[in-house]
This record gives sequence, C-alpha cells and structure tokens, in this order.
Amino acid sequence: MTAAPSVVVVTGVSRYIGARVAARLAADPRIDRVVGLDPHDPPVGLLGLLDGVERIRADARAATEAIVDLGAEAVVHLAITSVPDAQQGRAAMKEQNVIGTMQVLAAAQGTSTLRKLVVRSSTAAYGASFRDPAVFTEDTEPRAVPRGSFARDILDIEGYVRGFRRRRPEVAATVLRFAPMISSSAETSLTRYFSQPVVPTVLGRDARLQFVHVEDALEVLHRSVIEDHPGTFNVAGSGILMLSQAVRRAGRISLPVPEPALSTGAALLRHFGVEQIGLDQIDLFVHGRVVDTTRLIDEFGFTPRTTLAAFEDFIQAHAEGSTLTADRLAAAENAILDGIRKVRATS
Amino acid sequence: MSQDEYRGDMLPGQADFRLPEPPPVQRVNGRRPIPEKPPTVETDADVWDQRVADTLAFLRRRLAGQYEVDEFGFDPELVDTFFHPLLKILYRDWFRTEVFGIENVPSDGSGLVVGNHSGTIALDALMLTVALRDKHPNERHLRLLGADLVFRMPVMSELARAVGATVACNPDAERLMNSGHLVGVFPEGFKGIGKKFSDRYKLQRFGRGGFVSAALRTGTPIVPVAIVGAEEIYPILADLKPLARLLGVPYFPVTPTFPWLGPLGLVPLPSKWLIEFCPPIPTAHLTEYADDPLVVYNLADQVRETIQATLHELLEKRPDPFGP
Repeated sequence: MTAAPSVVVVTGVSRYIGARVAARLAADPRIDRVVGLDPHDPPVGLLGLLDGVERIRADARAATEAIVDLGAEAVVHLAITSVPDAQQGRAAMKEQNVIGTMQVLAAAQGTSTLRKLVVRSSTAAYGASFRDPAVFTEDTEPRAVPRGSFARDILDIEGYVRGFRRRRPEVAATVLRFAPMISSSAETSLTRYFSQPVVPTVLGRDARLQFVHVEDALEVLHRSVIEDHPGTFNVAGSGILMLSQAVRRAGRISLPVPEPALSTGAALLRHFGVEQIGLDQIDLFVHGRVVDTTRLIDEFGFTPRTTLAAFEDFIQAHAEGSTLTADRLAAAENAILDGIRKVRATS
Repeated sequence: MSQDEYRGDMLPGQADFRLPEPPPVQRVNGRRPIPEKPPTVETDADVWDQRVADTLAFLRRRLAGQYEVDEFGFDPELVDTFFHPLLKILYRDWFRTEVFGIENVPSDGSGLVVGNHSGTIALDALMLTVALRDKHPNERHLRLLGADLVFRMPVMSELARAVGATVACNPDAERLMNSGHLVGVFPEGFKGIGKKFSDRYKLQRFGRGGFVSAALRTGTPIVPVAIVGAEEIYPILADLKPLARLLGVPYFPVTPTFPWLGPLGLVPLPSKWLIEFCPPIPTAHLTEYADDPLVVYNLADQVRETIQATLHELLEKRPDPFGP
C-alpha cells in the first residue's frame, strides 16, 4: 500500500457531498493539503464544514490550471449532479457533468504528480431495460442507451475515465457507482420525494430499490483516497426495499399513476420548475435497480449498512408528514380486533 | 384456572391475547380422570378469533411495510399467506394433482428443474411451484425463470417477481443456483404454451440450451420434470396470428371457451394432472464443459428425451384426461 497523498483536490465542494468529503479529508492528519474547486460559492450552511479546506472558486477551465499548479497527488471528482438545477436547467447540468469531467480528467492527465483519481459515478450506469438481470455486477453492460439525462451523462463520464485509464495506467483510478444516497440530514431529490405526504408511483410497477447511507458513502470515498483501490465498485447497502414498501415504511400514501401520465406530469412540473422528477427517476421506479457489492466488500474490507438500516435512519428524521405510521396501524389493528370480539361476544 | 396465570399484557382485548392451554390430561391409577374432558365446542370460536387476529396482523405488517423481500423481488410472506393457499385450491381440488418422484428433487442446495411447458398461460409453472412447496419434505420454494415479455407487462411483472420469478438470463440463473436455490425453467418457452391442441405432449425445440450451460457452470444437478394435464386446460384450436401481432403477444389463442364466453372462457377445464420428477442428472463433473456446444447440446437433448419418455409413461397412467 502506498502512502496517503499529500495534496488532494476535491471538485464540487459547493454541494453537500463535496463539502463533507473535503472536510473529512482535511481532518485526516495523513493529508497535508485539501483544495476545494468549485465555480460556485458554497451555501452558508456548508461554509462551516469547509474551514480546513482551501477553496478555489474557478470554473472547470480555470480549474484545470489549478490542478496542475498545485501538484495534486489525488483528484476526487464529485462535481456531478443528478438533477438539473431549477434555474439553469439541463444545459448547465450537462455542461457541468460531461464537459466538467472532460476538463478535470484532461488536467489530471497532464499532472505528473498525480497518483490517484476518484470519480463519483452512479448505479444509473447500468441503464434500465426489461431484459436486465435482477442484480447488476460491475461487469454488467447496459443493454440500451438510457433515456434519462443523468444516466447518459454517467455513461459519458465513465467513458472518459476509461480513456484516462488507458493513457495514465499508473494512476490508480477508482470509479464508485453509488446507489441513491440517503441519511437523516442529506437532502436529495429522492429524499424530497419520500418526504411528501402523498407519493406518486407508477401504476402496475413496484421497483426494487437500494440506498446507501451518506456516512458510508463518505467512508468509501475517504478510503479510496487514502488507500489504493483501482477499479470500478458498486456502493450500496445490501438488501432491498420495494418502492411500495419504502413508501409504507415512511408512513406515506402512494398514488399509483399510469406511466405516460407520470412522465407528462413530471415534464409539466419540470417546466414550471416545481419539482425535479426526471426520466431517470421514472425509469428507476419502473425497472428498479439492485447491485452486487461483493467486490466493494472484498476490496475495501468495509460493509455499508443495509438498505433497510439506511432508510430507517431517514424515516426517523422525517417522521412529520407521515400518516400511516406503524403505531397508528397497530392501534387500528387492536381497535378492529376488539370491535370484532365485542360484536361476537354480544351475538 | 387461577387469576395469576394471566399476565397483565395478555388480557382479553389485546391483539396477542391467547387463551391459556388446558393442562394435559393425566391418567390416575391407570384410569381416565373423571370427569373425562368433553370434546371442546368453544375452541371452534377460538379458531376464528385466531384467524381474525392473524389476518389483521398480516394486513398491518403489509401496510406498514414490515416484511422482507429478497434482491429478486421474491416476497415469501405474501406467497405463503396469500398466493399459495389460492393456488392450492386449484392444484388440489380443481386439477386433482398427483406428484411422483419428489425424492429426486435435491433436499437442499441448488437444483435446476426443467419441465415441459403447455397450457396457453403458464399455469403449469405455478402448479409446479405449489407441488414442490406442498410435497417436498423441506417445502422448497421454486424460483422460476420467465420470458422477458412477462417482465415487460405492468402488474404481471410485479406478480411474477413477488412469487419468486426472474428474467431468464444466465446472470440471474447462475446467481440463484450459486446461492443454493431450486430454479425452475421451461426451455420451450412460448413455443410450448402456445402450441395447438393437436400437438399436445409433443415437446418443442429447446432453444439454445442456455439452461444447461448455466447448470454446468454452477455444477447444479438437472432434474427433468414431466407435467401431464396442462395441455387440456385451455385447448388451443386456432391461433389468430394477425391479432397477436397487433397486440404484441406471441399468439392469440382460440379455445372451445375463449373468446366466445368472454371472462368465463378464462376458467381452465378441470383436467387430471400428473407431475413426475425424474432422477437428477449430475453436472458437477462437467463444469469445464460449460462453453462446449457439443456437451451442452447433448445434455439438453438428454433432458428433452427424458421428459418426452416420461410424458408417454404418464399418459398411459391417465387414460381419461378428465378422469378422477
């Protein structure tokens, strides 16, 4: 095992995961210098995290020079968004995901000191098809080009990393395909979705879902910077939750909508900038997505908490707004049972 | 019965309330104690109380999401409490199914059950599942491999996953067999269930034998199974191909009752069913031949011949398709 890199560049520190990773790496005494790159200033809520992190506010083009000038030994590329921003839209998202990755990787390739590259990817890389196997291993190829914009970006991003690996084979490149992240505090489009009192689902479909707890995702990212784990890894909690089961566990009420209506409705909502449910989410809810994490557990010696445990943590923090809670159901069960007993006793 | 035998949380009116068991009957001096315990009439009421309580508890668990589903979407609780009891009525009372050779099914560990497919809709797969759960000493669950068309259809796809089926592809088949499951496959596919009544009990082509290579790769024994009875439940007299193409399905069956009688045509004819499991074919010594087309083809052919021969034997045992 090689020593921990002394200079680490983290992209996307204006967002929750980027800021958390940068803060975690800055707190690690084995790392001398952590530099956060982002074209935007982090929101006030995240500024506290970034005390020990040098921040460079630069767009991807300027950032490339920074990576070379700093003599970065490790680059952690987290500036990847899964949902278009309400104001800037899809064009900005693609610019950031695809063009941003291209430029970061180009800079990384030109940095002679670089030893490590860690890229955040997603299990969306497996696409969504009816002929898919139930469980994806890292070697599964997507059967068709996905229709979701995020999934297409992910395929492009992984394509660039493959190119990078060919050109700089001595750099340990780690691609982490994360299942949707969830925790008590993180806010993503999926946590917003499960926080609604009434949750729209696809009629006649019940997806198999997996989540990864944010803290476990951070641990895996941290280990891939400190240790050497070249390759592609699925990062998810073992076990699954059916979408309907997850909605019920969260005490919400599901509203099954036919798929075409849901797509149209989501497009309308997107148009008005209300909620960001894209084709990515709809594909996820139609096909579900389950991955095999054997490779991660063997290589990292770390087992993320289960999907059930991660989701339980989320439910605890989002109890308000739920209607059908387990306690209320148990009370109703007792009341009905008592009622039946009384009726039968009198008759 | 003294008061202190009731615990505080076991009072009547609580969901988990149970009547205490009566003390065991003890013989006194070799004679039955007097008075003899009369046949209890009130237990009848308690059975219903228990059933209501169980049903309510089941509904509560379903509504609260407190159940476990495996990575393929298999929901054992839903299957055991809901689907199997329903299917068992069809299996036992409607089709009067008899099962032979259940000892040929591995008692634990993986196994690949390969059967003949017939009956317009895949009822034979479901009946095979019930037979294994019902007759096997270890009450094994059969994990079916289905065509991707099944998983394309809304509702149907989710039902199939809930009862333990998954898409017929090598990664899923090998994953199930590697984790010690009993896997069921019907290599004839739609060619089998969509064939005409005049072709009944004639095995169709077995595809590319993908099931054999999956078994070889995992060293799983192959158990051929012959199912007699499914051919007569919806006898296909004609296949309206243009209509089938229009609807995007592999065939559009015309049976004596469908579509003439509308929904009533969906009631299967009450044929007599016989299911026979043949001796398993071991494959553990052939693991390195998984990609050898000749070995794979010969094994697939051997399985096919075994099933065809057993079908003929079973048909002799059952001269009248609608007999007792």
